Amino acid sequence: MTEQQYIDLFETYREEIDRNSSDGFNKERQAAFETFRKIGFPTSKLEDYKHSNVARTFDTELGLNLRNIPIPVNPYDAFKCDVPNLSTFVYFLINERYYHKVQNPNSLPDGVFVGSMIDFSLQRPDIFNKYYARIADYSQNGVTAYNTMFAQDGFVLYVPENIVIEKPLQLINILRGGVDLNVNRRLLVIAEKNAQAKLLICDHTVDDVQFVVTQVAEIVVDEGAQVDFYELEENSEKVTRLSSLYADQKENSCLVTSGITLHNGYTRNNYHFRLRGQYAEAHVGGLAICDKEQHIDNFAFIDHAVPHCTSNELFKYALQEKSTGVFCGKILVEKDAQKTQAYQNNRNLCTSSDAHMYSKPQLEIYADDVKCSHGLTTGQLDEDALFYLQARGIPKAEARMLLMVAFTKDVIDLVRIDTLRERLEYLVNKRFRGELIRCGNCNVADKKWI
Amino acid sequence: MFQICFFNRLNMSNLLQIKNLHAIVEGKEILKGIDLEVNKGEIHAIMGPNGSGKSTLASVLVGNPKFEVTRGSIIFNGKDILDMSPEDRAREGLFLSFQYPVEIPGVSMVNFMRAAVNEQRKYRGEEPISANDFLKLMREKRELLGMDSQLVSRSVNEGFSGGEKKRNEIFQMAMLNPLLSILDETDSGLDIDALRIVAAGVNKLHTPDNATIVITHYQRLLDYIKPDVVHVLYKGKIIKTDGPELALELEKKGYDWLINP
Repeated sequence: MTEQQYIDLFETYREEIDRNSSDGFNKERQAAFETFRKIGFPTSKLEDYKHSNVARTFDTELGLNLRNIPIPVNPYDAFKCDVPNLSTFVYFLINERYYHKVQNPNSLPDGVFVGSMIDFSLQRPDIFNKYYARIADYSQNGVTAYNTMFAQDGFVLYVPENIVIEKPLQLINILRGGVDLNVNRRLLVIAEKNAQAKLLICDHTVDDVQFVVTQVAEIVVDEGAQVDFYELEENSEKVTRLSSLYADQKENSCLVTSGITLHNGYTRNNYHFRLRGQYAEAHVGGLAICDKEQHIDNFAFIDHAVPHCTSNELFKYALQEKSTGVFCGKILVEKDAQKTQAYQNNRNLCTSSDAHMYSKPQLEIYADDVKCSHGLTTGQLDEDALFYLQARGIPKAEARMLLMVAFTKDVIDLVRIDTLRERLEYLVNKRFRGELIRCGNCNVADKKWI
Repeated sequence: MFQICFFNRLNMSNLLQIKNLHAIVEGKEILKGIDLEVNKGEIHAIMGPNGSGKSTLASVLVGNPKFEVTRGSIIFNGKDILDMSPEDRAREGLFLSFQYPVEIPGVSMVNFMRAAVNEQRKYRGEEPISANDFLKLMREKRELLGMDSQLVSRSVNEGFSGGEKKRNEIFQMAMLNPLLSILDETDSGLDIDALRIVAAGVNKLHTPDNATIVITHYQRLLDYIKPDVVHVLYKGKIIKTDGPELALELEKKGYDWLINP
């Protein structure tokens, strides 16, 4: 059984895990462990994991850096994000650990916390305990339970009541290791009443070893608050990314997320949105560009628990060569959630006959006065459009490129940071041209992979 | 007999020479031996009842892959273009104003036109157009067609009305300045004011060095764009060629007298 080695590992090293973390994390481990022992990793026998056998990705020898042995890396050398005019405050996680030597001049508003999750759990245990492992319900999800067992650090963005952080924040997740590694990281974003923040998260791989990464992100969007949460994956093909995002929204709040898979290995992104305050809005974008044998599975669950909420999902996949895309979109409109507006769209391009797309929209509606719709298409590039461009002198290859980039445009348009949108257009263009090694001038590209 | 005289008259001003052109679509023969010759400075009108092959002829000329040429030849500006890709034909100076212009969401008119203009320049060994010159060119041609500046900042044809789409075709023609323009039912979907503007645009673009083929059902467009030669296409063949007065005659008498003489 795949799980047994991890169960043994946990029991053997329990003390070391605790010692290299904090009480806030430690008090959740036992319950998570018991859940994990019961349910294990999801396999493709489960309907929601039909096309992604997650358990199998753990069936290999993976190291865990439970003793927090320092990993030599200067992220400023390894990563120079040259997004023109994208002025952000930049932070790093090296594997699961927060990098403390941040060079930002700290000009964030008073009361805002951005940094290590261990530090936050020690400094603000009241807030930490209120949310940590509370938004992310691990009782049904073996990977989230597993993450909660082993998680030792992570990243926190806490924005107190009425505070607006104008400048976007950027978190860069760097994967680094000399042996095959399992990394379990945590993110916690809390926007209190009427607070606002924008966070961009970039995933980068530095070393050419296997990584199995679990990430659990908890996002709390309180009354009237606004959070933008963008994730950009540019991992190597040897990376398995198992991410679960849990969002909890109160009345009049707005959450915009976009998960952009620009380069990956094997990815499963879970999204759980709970709209539990009236007039809350969730805008959920997803874009995947895959080739070779890359695998991307997005699973989105939106729970409309109360009336007058809006959700809007748009997931697009451009699959080339032998890549596989999976989308499952569940929308639950509960009995009391009258006047719900829920829209879901999934559009896919398969440009080769070896590319596969599995898509499943699921709407469960128990209220009777709602506006809900879903749309799903999978196909090839529009031949008429292709010919139209050619007829104006644009070569076929270039015309295809224009159409592929155009295909991604409406997802990118969901992003509410102008400079990031421009940058994404540029990166998508490079990706389709096969020129993307790392984004822009990131130094990693120049180094030979170890 | 009339056309055969044309063929023997190979001269410098000859732009297009189609000989015995046969073409099929989905296994069905649509063009059954077309002969046509167009010289620089000329405007030709091709008329004919529905389903006679007018649009097929236009599509075959610009290299639409849905149609297969089974016999015959097309010489354009001295070059055999049958084996050329659609993009090369365009860069040689062929232009089709589509009967049904395609909507392309996500591709802006500006990017589309810049790509097209620069591909044409590259083909001729010229440098890409400067940003300034390009914007100037866009403005100039937009004004020629009386097009709203909003239209060119949108995605290609997306959400355009029928008339706007047709006007946009002629705008692209103005931008690319082709040697031979084929206007496929450009008048359909245009109200009388739009028709006047589009026709005026076409007339302004007409020079002694280029030529135009106007495909139309109705005489109406020919009131504004005066043809030198009028052809009647029926069942994949040109059954009658004459001067501009033929269009008027067709308007009065219909096609029946030609089909069943």
